[in-house]
Amino acid sequence: MKTDTAEEVVAIDNRPAPQRYEVGLGQLADPLVGRAIELIWREAQLLDDKDYEFWQTLYTEDAKYVIPVDPDTEDFESSLNMVYDDARMRHMRVTRLVQGYSMSAVAAARTSRTISRFTVEEITADTVTLRSAQVLVGFKRDKFQMLGADLTHRIRFNGDDARIELKLIRLVNSDSAVNASGFLL
Amino acid sequence: MTSPTSEGTGGFAALAQGDRVAAQLYTDPEIFDWEMERIFYSTWVWVAHESEIPEAGSFKMSHIGLQPVIVNRDRKGNFNVLLNRCRHRGASVCEVPKGKANGFTCPYHSWSYSLEGNLRGIPYPDGYEGVTEKRDLPLQRLRVESYNGLIFASFKPDIEPLEEFLGDAKIWIDRFMKQGAGFPVKVQGEHKFRFEGNWKIQLENTTDGYHFPIVHRSWMASVDAETADMLSFMTDEKAVTHALGNGHSVAIMVPEHVDLEEDDGMEELQERFRHIIDELSEIMPQQQVRRIVRSMHGAGYNLNLFPNLSLSMSFFRVLRPISVNETEIQHMALGLEGGPESVNRERLRIHEHFQGPFGFGTSDDSEAWDRVQRGAVANPDMPILVNRGLGREVTVDEGWKTSHVTDETGMRESYAMWKRMMSDEN
Repeated sequence: MKTDTAEEVVAIDNRPAPQRYEVGLGQLADPLVGRAIELIWREAQLLDDKDYEFWQTLYTEDAKYVIPVDPDTEDFESSLNMVYDDARMRHMRVTRLVQGYSMSAVAAARTSRTISRFTVEEITADTVTLRSAQVLVGFKRDKFQMLGADLTHRIRFNGDDARIELKLIRLVNSDSAVNASGFLL
Repeated sequence: MTSPTSEGTGGFAALAQGDRVAAQLYTDPEIFDWEMERIFYSTWVWVAHESEIPEAGSFKMSHIGLQPVIVNRDRKGNFNVLLNRCRHRGASVCEVPKGKANGFTCPYHSWSYSLEGNLRGIPYPDGYEGVTEKRDLPLQRLRVESYNGLIFASFKPDIEPLEEFLGDAKIWIDRFMKQGAGFPVKVQGEHKFRFEGNWKIQLENTTDGYHFPIVHRSWMASVDAETADMLSFMTDEKAVTHALGNGHSVAIMVPEHVDLEEDDGMEELQERFRHIIDELSEIMPQQQVRRIVRSMHGAGYNLNLFPNLSLSMSFFRVLRPISVNETEIQHMALGLEGGPESVNRERLRIHEHFQGPFGFGTSDDSEAWDRVQRGAVANPDMPILVNRGLGREVTVDEGWKTSHVTDETGMRESYAMWKRMMSDEN
């Protein structure tokens, strides 16, 4: 969702109270939203801990995990992505990260990531879609690395169960050089 | 420690000696500066594929060595390569990586240039009356020539024709483009990343069959048996590297896919492409289906073009030196212009699996190259060895030095060219 259409920019000086977003509605207090945020933070911790085998159980069987190159595209199927994983690719990726054959995974940076700036994009009876900002700090061989990203998570609820159905990671430098890493975002 | 320019040694040339090169080639900033002058600003450097600038006014930003350039197609259909630097006070006139334009306007004082680089407009021109003429101040234009869709440029106005420079590599460029299977080859997207190492470490790597099963073991373990088998060239006698002259070489990993037009019908199509085979069989003859599906992994080799491009199976690998110990790499995924959408998508998925910063292959390559740079500072008098296979190297009928694909024939060819270009006589 974008706010910088030409009409809005023209109207910037005499804009009425914000209407585009429904602000201050207390959506973050929605119980499903609270559960979604809890899951997203748990996921972040598992990734920092590199507990990839547990991590992949957080995803539904038909879930997609995407790191696009093109900052604007929604058509990931027809675009080149950095990662475009279905369950099969996700499973292979986890195997690769833990089996010890990959020298970059073995030597991966230690990471610590913070996710905040949650906004509610959509709530349905059994899904919640949240956007957030992620700042990841990595450290490897005397050097720090920082990666900023805009995240979108769609969480599907089934009774007590909550799983990730979509994770979209838009790196702020996605269409520029992104350095190879042995860890996951 | 000897200085690279110490007298009586033939200058830098003495640092590359056939079967070995001095480790300073990776670590000495002075050598890097000279490489920019004597190699990148003195030869043909690849800047674009024509599919990246498909129409009149299409442009992309690129680099030659450290210098930013704009590559565009003008209304006459000609390719122009212009230094991305205003003639007034030096600002870059373009900071959009790719797009379409009528020309380029400097943001600082609005000097505007045509696609051909001619200076068209200067605001408030009265201050320049009797001082300067617009016709004297175009964007600097470089020599440009293209071969089979590959666009090269050179700072050297009197350089030999591109086709002479490419020489026997042209045969392999032509074969490479056959993976379009009757459609023109197009760039579908690109991954870009940097590693902390010298550019020649990457140059060597695309002709290094030796590292493949070791560095890429995790990728091999993840693909289907047929794909893994296809790339099991370690003991295949037909998998060879040819040195092609002028620093170019070709490393053949899948001998049966050297010429994708040749198909004796014996090879079974990979089962992983079953959905595509079924779909295409509905709309085209079997022969064409085979042609497209056999080309899915690209040509069966990596063609290394000195100094900055590799046509690597199904993608372009472009290297850009940033500094003596930093290099940027682009991996450009290729597809079929106007070809079946499902084929192009499958090719994107194959590319994503291996390439890019989160690919199953690239991340391990990058780690290996970082390690080379870190290790090479230890005792710089200890050489880097490129002697593998010297004892079994032969010269084939075409005049190409040839050895097994796991041997270092391609690297020796690159360093022979490096030596020639870095010699004081040049």
